[in-house]
Amino acid sequence: MSEATRGEICAVANADAFRGDGEILASCFGTAPAIGARLAKATFEPDLLMTDGICTIVDVPNPVSGPGHDLLVEAWLPFRTIFDHLWNGKRHVIMAASQIDRFGNQNFACIGDHAKPKAQLLGMRGAPGNTISHKTSYWVPNQTARVFVEKVDVVSGVGYDRAAELNEATTQGFELGRVISNLAVYDFETPDHAMRLRTLHPGVTLEDLLENTSFPLVIDDESNIPETRLPSAEELRLIREQIDPECMLGREVAN
Amino acid sequence: MDKRTTEREAVAEIRDGMTIGFGGWGSRRKPMSIVREILRSPVKDLTVVTYGGPEVGLLCNAGKVKRLVYGFVSLDSIPLEPHFRKARQSGSIEAAELDEGMLQWGLLAASLRLPFLPTRAGLGSDVLEINPHLRLVKSPYDDGEELVAMPALELDIAFIHMNRGDVRGNGQYLGPDPYFDELYCRAAKRRFMTVEKILKTEDMAAEGPLQSRIINRTMVDGVIEAPGGAHFTECPPDYGRDEAFQRSYAATAKDEDAWLEFKKTYLDLENEAEYQAQVKQAKKS
Repeated sequence: MSEATRGEICAVANADAFRGDGEILASCFGTAPAIGARLAKATFEPDLLMTDGICTIVDVPNPVSGPGHDLLVEAWLPFRTIFDHLWNGKRHVIMAASQIDRFGNQNFACIGDHAKPKAQLLGMRGAPGNTISHKTSYWVPNQTARVFVEKVDVVSGVGYDRAAELNEATTQGFELGRVISNLAVYDFETPDHAMRLRTLHPGVTLEDLLENTSFPLVIDDESNIPETRLPSAEELRLIREQIDPECMLGREVAN
Repeated sequence: MDKRTTEREAVAEIRDGMTIGFGGWGSRRKPMSIVREILRSPVKDLTVVTYGGPEVGLLCNAGKVKRLVYGFVSLDSIPLEPHFRKARQSGSIEAAELDEGMLQWGLLAASLRLPFLPTRAGLGSDVLEINPHLRLVKSPYDDGEELVAMPALELDIAFIHMNRGDVRGNGQYLGPDPYFDELYCRAAKRRFMTVEKILKTEDMAAEGPLQSRIINRTMVDGVIEAPGGAHFTECPPDYGRDEAFQRSYAATAKDEDAWLEFKKTYLDLENEAEYQAQVKQAKKS
């Protein structure tokens, strides 16, 4: 089997974000997280729940390109009950971020002043409720200094500094897991929950990374930064043969 | 009892400045024949409450919208509604942007005739800055937690689209998801339901399970038979989304000539029947 691509390394990093989650709903924005969740479910997190992207929970998720075979429906989850599920907390979502800051405040609502934005993006969607209710991670397929920003234009997803100002009961479900980009994996496992570089993808230098980051990152030991793990042979087989046979990943992450 | 009416009579009830709501979600089961009739009417300065799809882009483009209450506006297969983006970026509408779940909470509060419902959604985010009218409420119990008091989203008129209905105003959805249509109806003073097909009440049981009969006649003031009324949004199992049509609609946001052509062909028409004829014609050619 040929060497893992950058996209495949990112997909596996997304899968690892679900490690230890157990029996919760795994939701994804983007191809690498969608592959990651399927991979996690097929290997080390078999109890994860996934939806068909419409309104049913399915035991064997479809390939990321769309319905490919008969889905085994486990339950019905229409929009009318989705917020019940979310606010109840049994979910881990990997969302997109057009901007993210060092405490994990995320924006995908708009760029510029909200009253008259330079670019209207997705809007608030479910980000405020998601982040305050259950575990949230982020996937950034193209990390630049304009994405990893000092200050986001609008806070859609809540970060650690803002959560710290809220009542403890309010933030009982709040947890930011990983931030995974095309360059590296980050977490918030620091005393003040500032973003920390966790692993650097193979082939990425620290200089590359810092050029594409506008805020001070926590780095434990600059002389010894761990590398993001490579996919196992079995993981590569699952991705290439079952989960992403049409290689959608290649369209999301350049090698 | 016979509540049958027409798009024209229903839309004639809308006054300038009213708050109206649309059922469905994104580009799914939207009461589009009503939207098209609003475009033919002189009404303006509307506040629109919606899980937004193409109705938002079309109404904004026509200058009908003063204020939009929403969590997102999407065409699903096209993630961002380009005409809505244009309206936002030109600053032509007031944007009361909420978390999606807060929108449900506001509709539920209105449908239960409560002033507000508490929620954590919004806390810590900029939803509270963007919507300075939102207030917090402190739990009266020992926990003392401060929560967002999501105010009731009371509607003057709600419009929904169902797969089947009867003349009394009972409605039935046959697709996979009921969305929030019941809440829109209960949140509104006047309620109009377009349906793909009007049936005798006794014939509705054969169409789908009991659980598909989500709209009862206390929730509806007027029923309009509108085959293809959700076009170009999806209305399964009757029809899927007209993706080719939607793509051409979306493309007109970046091409003024294409927009004028689209408007002439599909919007500057006498009535819904002419629209459906144009769509049929376009499919043939």
